[in-house]
Amino acid sequence: MAIVPNPHKTTGFLGWIDDRFPLTKIWKDHISEYYAPKNFNWWYTYGSLALLVLVNQLLTGIWLTMHYKPDEAAAFDSIEYIMRDVPWGNILRYLHSTGASAFFIVVYLHMFRGLIYGSSRKPRELVWLFGCLIYLVLMAEAFCGYVLPWGNMSYWGAQVIINLFGTVPYIGQTLVETIQGDYTPADATLNRLFALHVVALPIVLLGLVVAHLMALHEVGSNNPDGIEIKKHKDPKTGIPLDGIPFHPYYTVKDIVGVAAFLFVFFIVVFFVPDGGGYFLEKPNFTPANPLSTPDHITPAWYFGAFYAMLRAVPAFFNTQIWGVIVMFGAVLLLFFLPWLDRSPVKSIRYRGPYFKIAVTLFAVSFVVLNWLGMQPTTTLYTLLAQIGTFIYYAFFLAMPWYTSIDSTKPVPDRVTE
Amino acid sequence: MSKEGVDVGRRRFLTLTTSVVGAVGAGFAAVPFIASLPPSERAKALGAPVTIDISKMEPGQQVVAVWRRQPVWVIRRTPAMLASLDKVVGQLADPESEVPQQPDYARGAARAIKPEYMVLKGICTHLGCSPKFRPEFPAPEIAADWQGGFFCPCHGSRFDLSGRVYKGVPAPTNLPVPPHRYADDRTLVIGEDQPEGVA
Repeated sequence: MAIVPNPHKTTGFLGWIDDRFPLTKIWKDHISEYYAPKNFNWWYTYGSLALLVLVNQLLTGIWLTMHYKPDEAAAFDSIEYIMRDVPWGNILRYLHSTGASAFFIVVYLHMFRGLIYGSSRKPRELVWLFGCLIYLVLMAEAFCGYVLPWGNMSYWGAQVIINLFGTVPYIGQTLVETIQGDYTPADATLNRLFALHVVALPIVLLGLVVAHLMALHEVGSNNPDGIEIKKHKDPKTGIPLDGIPFHPYYTVKDIVGVAAFLFVFFIVVFFVPDGGGYFLEKPNFTPANPLSTPDHITPAWYFGAFYAMLRAVPAFFNTQIWGVIVMFGAVLLLFFLPWLDRSPVKSIRYRGPYFKIAVTLFAVSFVVLNWLGMQPTTTLYTLLAQIGTFIYYAFFLAMPWYTSIDSTKPVPDRVTE
Repeated sequence: MSKEGVDVGRRRFLTLTTSVVGAVGAGFAAVPFIASLPPSERAKALGAPVTIDISKMEPGQQVVAVWRRQPVWVIRRTPAMLASLDKVVGQLADPESEVPQQPDYARGAARAIKPEYMVLKGICTHLGCSPKFRPEFPAPEIAADWQGGFFCPCHGSRFDLSGRVYKGVPAPTNLPVPPHRYADDRTLVIGEDQPEGVA
């Protein structure tokens, strides 16, 4: 059977491939003829920065795996071996550990961008849902990676997090032992978290990233005005009048963002790799010791808000499950955002004061909660965490109400400069 | 696709039954994956209950066993030691063992199945140090009216001879009582619960 010639009219080697595989089609659909709104601002660099950090994590992760040993007796020493004896091993490790924190910084900013410009709203609900799943998998991935050095904070962090499942009625203890593969976090636990960290979760993560981008390119990007550029197309070409091809316009723009990001990133990697005790916690420089608990157990900074919520809810009816429910519920709420927001406009530019106040309170309380999660509990801090948890929940649960009564400004027909 | 001449009912039935059989098969295929996750035979052997012969214990003696990598104390309490439990009640944070730090069969003041034998996990509830057994009194270096108990050298937490924590020390809760039972009059099994209905 004769091959149907490809419609791109490519010839030579590329033509030979295009006759058999949609290479030029993929390039055009997603890069050179993907039309993005021309009014992107700097908030729109975090998506590609997240992709950059993902590549960094994959590359440095594979290289670390070449030297690391997932064994209760050898794990901590193999990290020290990477740090002291492997040529450039310390740089590989710091790239990976700083990359983990950078990942969350970039992703939190990326999500906040989506929040203020209404990027989750119809028709981009699936883009948002895939994004939420990515965030969920990222948290699991970060937790597993955090345990692998088998320092004392790794050990006790694993103990605390896995024991959250112990609050499930009736099956809690069995569940904990099933997750750990032992009665305390042990060799079996380390081994399986390693399997999840380097094989299972990265595969899921990559699949979700592909789905996230495919959904985005199907419906097209939102923009700071929160209006659809597909409403005004060139009648001849069918290209949106306010759209410009992703390449070369946004590839070049993103390179500027990458340069700025790497500038800060490498300052941390080279000069403050422990991030002042926030990126690498001090108790984790001593090996895991089941008989000695660190002074106060803190999660990594990017889980601080959720840990603060966990501790803010008191135990009653003789169980601590309420705090666990509140903590997981806080992540679950994110998934409902596209349907909770009832405002007729998408972007914060054309919204009224209620939304602006709500989103400010939400952002402040999220940052404060993150900080509180890393502090020892005092009466004052617990009260603050309770207020913060309330604001976090109220932001989402009261959203249908305050977005529908909020005033709005007229939305322009075409994107503004 | 044309549905002309197709027995739709028959096709639906076949689709349904095939799906059900397939789902059952998938359930069976999941068994090895899920069954491999709980503690392995080796982990179970290492975490198995520990048996102690208590018949040779002198009154007032402490024996330390190791269960699941943690020290477990057995103390044979004298009548004087048991009498001390009531004297300190006013100074304790949780004298009735309300906080579930023990199995239900080891609540109250004695926190034991047989008041003569106290079984405790020897890990301070503050930061995991191992407190010292200090039965002798008076001991003014620990407390003015010390009646005997456990003293943690790391941060000064104090517990009475039932492992109940004193007020105003760093440790928040009583020392945990591990699950245990008596196989017979001389044999204590640590790591297995007392069968229900047995006093």
